[in-house]
Amino acid sequence: MRACLAFFRMRLVNGLQYRTAAYAGIFTQFFWGFMEIQLYGAFYRENPENFPMEFSHLVSYIWLRQAFLRLLDTWSTEQELFDMILNGNVAYELCRPASLYGMWFARNVALRLSSLALRCWPILLVAALLPDPWGLRLPPSAGAFAAAVLSMALALGVVTAYILIIYFSCFFTLSSEGTRAVMMPLVGLLAGELIPLPFMPDGLAKVLSWLPFASISNAPLRIYSGDIAGAEAAGTMLLQAFWLVALALLGWWMQRRGMRRLCVQGG
Amino acid sequence: MKLYLHFFSMHLKSRMAYKKSFFFSVVGQFLSAFAAVVTIWFLFARFESVRGYTLGECMLCTGVILMSFSLAECFFRGFDRFSRVVREAQFDRLLLRPRSLIFQLICQEIDFARLGKLLQGALMLGYGIAVSPVSWTPARAAVLAGMVLGGTAVFASLFLLYAALCFFTLEGLEFMNVFTDGAREFAAYPLDVYGTAILKFCTYIVPYALFQYYPLTYLLGRTDSPLCALAPLAAPLFALPCWIVWRVGVRKYQSAGS
Repeated sequence: MRACLAFFRMRLVNGLQYRTAAYAGIFTQFFWGFMEIQLYGAFYRENPENFPMEFSHLVSYIWLRQAFLRLLDTWSTEQELFDMILNGNVAYELCRPASLYGMWFARNVALRLSSLALRCWPILLVAALLPDPWGLRLPPSAGAFAAAVLSMALALGVVTAYILIIYFSCFFTLSSEGTRAVMMPLVGLLAGELIPLPFMPDGLAKVLSWLPFASISNAPLRIYSGDIAGAEAAGTMLLQAFWLVALALLGWWMQRRGMRRLCVQGG
Repeated sequence: MKLYLHFFSMHLKSRMAYKKSFFFSVVGQFLSAFAAVVTIWFLFARFESVRGYTLGECMLCTGVILMSFSLAECFFRGFDRFSRVVREAQFDRLLLRPRSLIFQLICQEIDFARLGKLLQGALMLGYGIAVSPVSWTPARAAVLAGMVLGGTAVFASLFLLYAALCFFTLEGLEFMNVFTDGAREFAAYPLDVYGTAILKFCTYIVPYALFQYYPLTYLLGRTDSPLCALAPLAAPLFALPCWIVWRVGVRKYQSAGS
């Protein structure tokens, strides 16, 4: 555990070095959020009674998603880790006196937190200052805020556990390309990264809300605005905790299996 | 042209050497476009229309955008990696060869995996043509073809501009993605959905509307103005300022390597 924490700190500092790229990205994200709000606004004006959540909730959802994009997105992976598995350098990792799973988990959390730390503040600040239909608003209560923070932490765990499963699937498929080509667009859709889950057809949205992907951005962002509140919010967080444990166990088991059949060549 | 065909077959052969990897990239491209299209379908299933456009009419837009973007990406991909070419001073090599620089860059890479996205775009365009209430005439069909080609020209010009800016910044600029990937996402809907300010920007600054919104109004019979029908012809003019920036950049280029 201590080793994993130290490793976490190291990767965090490493990630904080790429500042320019982060600042350039912020502009893109502003634009993206603004255009999304314009688009949903057009749909809202057309047919307000069919709108599945309050408009202000949606606006908060969009800005928070942009601000926390790098924390919760389901597509950022490190090519280095795939390469390690494929070219056998993972053997070095095994020599270290810490569990591979713990180390890589820490590494991925650190990567996400460091890119978040560079990117989220300007977006949150400006979005909060925007005038009314476009602005990010405070959560309805301190309780909702606390719940959103907790849910966000769980979501970070779930997404990391999921990404580790993608890495470890490489032990078996020996090429990450196919898995990624198929999984990334589909999971993005299922996680509500393209449109929030409530905008999907009702039956589908209900099914999706039980899947692990809904525990990633869907849960914390909707708890924040109060779109999911009260007992429903507690249930959502329990579900997140369940998926965190389940995905972590699955990943850990895949890593064990992969290690057993791993054959590193070279001297 | 003969030389280009030579490069074309060379790239095709090298890609076919790894068939499985090629197949997965095509599938991935198709799926990512598919996911975007599904969201449009979901939104229309819920709201039925936006600014008076129905799903079929919107799909005409989506198809045009996806097709023109993937055509541009397929054939003008060489510009995308240009920041590396400048940083590693590989550009010197290009300068030494007796062919035009832009031609050499175009030949450097042809990305056939984009065919997956092109296919999705063609399917959506087909759906839009079948469902939307347009009475098709040869003139209207020509306008539609002009929309796809005009769009390809605009996106190709944007890629050129992206490469040209690398002379000044030495680094790929992420904010340029707004004008390429962002346009692909958001111009899947008719541009007047976003309000007049955005529409003006898309007419006078980066002319997306010239190959999307204006000819679409003509196709749908919302206007009879021949100007709208001919707008896609004006879209390639955007290449001119991009090319000027490129020339200035080439002038300014100082080699970085040994």
